[in-house]
Amino acid sequence: MSIRHGLLALLERGPRYGSQLRTEFESRTGSTWPLNVGQVYTTLSRLERDGMVVQDGEDEAGHPLYAITDSGRVELRSWFEHPVDRTSPARDELAIKLAMAVGAPGVDIRDVIQSQRRHTVKAMQDYTRLKAQALTAVEKNGDRERDDIAWLLVLEQLIFQTEAEARWLDHCESRLIRLSSTAQAAGPEPAPPGAVTGAAGTGTGARAEAGAEEAARHRP
Amino acid sequence: MSTQQQQPVLSLRNLTRVHGSGATEVHALRGIDLDVHPGELVAVMGPSGSGKSTLLTIAGGLDNPTSGQVFVEGTDITALGIKGLAALRRRSIGYVFQDYNLIPALTAAENVALPRELDGISARKARAEALAALAEMDLGQLADRFPDEMSGGQQQRVAIARALVGDRRLVLADEPTGALDSETGESVLALLRSRCDAGAAGVMVTHEPRFAAWADRVVFLRDGAVVDQTIRSDADSLLAGRAAQL
Repeated sequence: MSIRHGLLALLERGPRYGSQLRTEFESRTGSTWPLNVGQVYTTLSRLERDGMVVQDGEDEAGHPLYAITDSGRVELRSWFEHPVDRTSPARDELAIKLAMAVGAPGVDIRDVIQSQRRHTVKAMQDYTRLKAQALTAVEKNGDRERDDIAWLLVLEQLIFQTEAEARWLDHCESRLIRLSSTAQAAGPEPAPPGAVTGAAGTGTGARAEAGAEEAARHRP
Repeated sequence: MSTQQQQPVLSLRNLTRVHGSGATEVHALRGIDLDVHPGELVAVMGPSGSGKSTLLTIAGGLDNPTSGQVFVEGTDITALGIKGLAALRRRSIGYVFQDYNLIPALTAAENVALPRELDGISARKARAEALAALAEMDLGQLADRFPDEMSGGQQQRVAIARALVGDRRLVLADEPTGALDSETGESVLALLRSRCDAGAAGVMVTHEPRFAAWADRVVFLRDGAVVDQTIRSDADSLLAGRAAQL
């Protein structure tokens, strides 16, 4: 859906041809969600079928130009006016993975959390470096300012999203530690057959030392 | 990476810190090794009680390790006497705290000049250096303001200027954004980042992933040990198309 409305938004600025739409889509969003030109033409022909765009002549180089129609504008307006639906969330692999790791035999959920945390924080570092570059571009780059601002907003969305994930991972870890200390205080729970490792790591000192050895191996 | 070939500004070797003894013994740090090179900003993260602040206090010579060594610019500070340690701490290490710690009776320029005056240079020269340092960080307009005439973010940026005035290259920051709103915190981090890009070495303790993300390396502590760390990748390889255009 977002490609469809993204293209309508670009066409509202004037008629364009396929690969031009692709370039403009990517420069707005920093190639975060790369489009191939095939997707652009497929989407354009569906929009044409639905009466939201029409073919409108050619440019000097012979590229067929597309223009937005009135019903395309109505559709675009409505897209901007309505919130993106968050009540039927897309499947989230990480949430599913952690849900499956609770009590899974031979899996230390704290290791799962830590390896994800390293990855997530690293992604934030990368996005933050790109953001620093984008900020410089916004400050210096007059003529492409609109694209630079759009790209900055997309990057910041990625940063906020990864931040939320890192915070959620911290929360999962401390929640599991709290629960396991309550469980220990209450006495051992009957374990299902084959369940070697509990939900949360026990013997945190030993775990931390094992982790330190692992970290030592990764050190440059 | 070129920074790896230079001598580290800060090296921690097998650092341990034990509080108390016997049954009440607490291992605050267990065998920490860490090198911080010129040009590098390292963030230390971990749950409360993981040893983050202990690590920073010992790295700065404000507390002694139970065992292990702390090298600052090649000198083992754990082997120094009280006087030698005080001198090295004053000359080589800059501190940035959550609550800024500027001296209220001095202007921004006087606060930044103070470490240089303590270094023994003339007041006039110290002031000139302080003004230059403030100007380089776009803080020139704050030179004659007192701390209570500045916002928190401005005070913290002045504190960073003070930490790195003269030839100081090591800045230790304990939750430097803790008292700031998120946008101001970001401007403080951007300044710290740019000072490290200019050749300083920084260690920052933070629990905010978004601020830690400004670092070259994020070290995770748990129960007093380094359990993991991220290494900075070449951001240009990520989202390569766009980065190339910038």
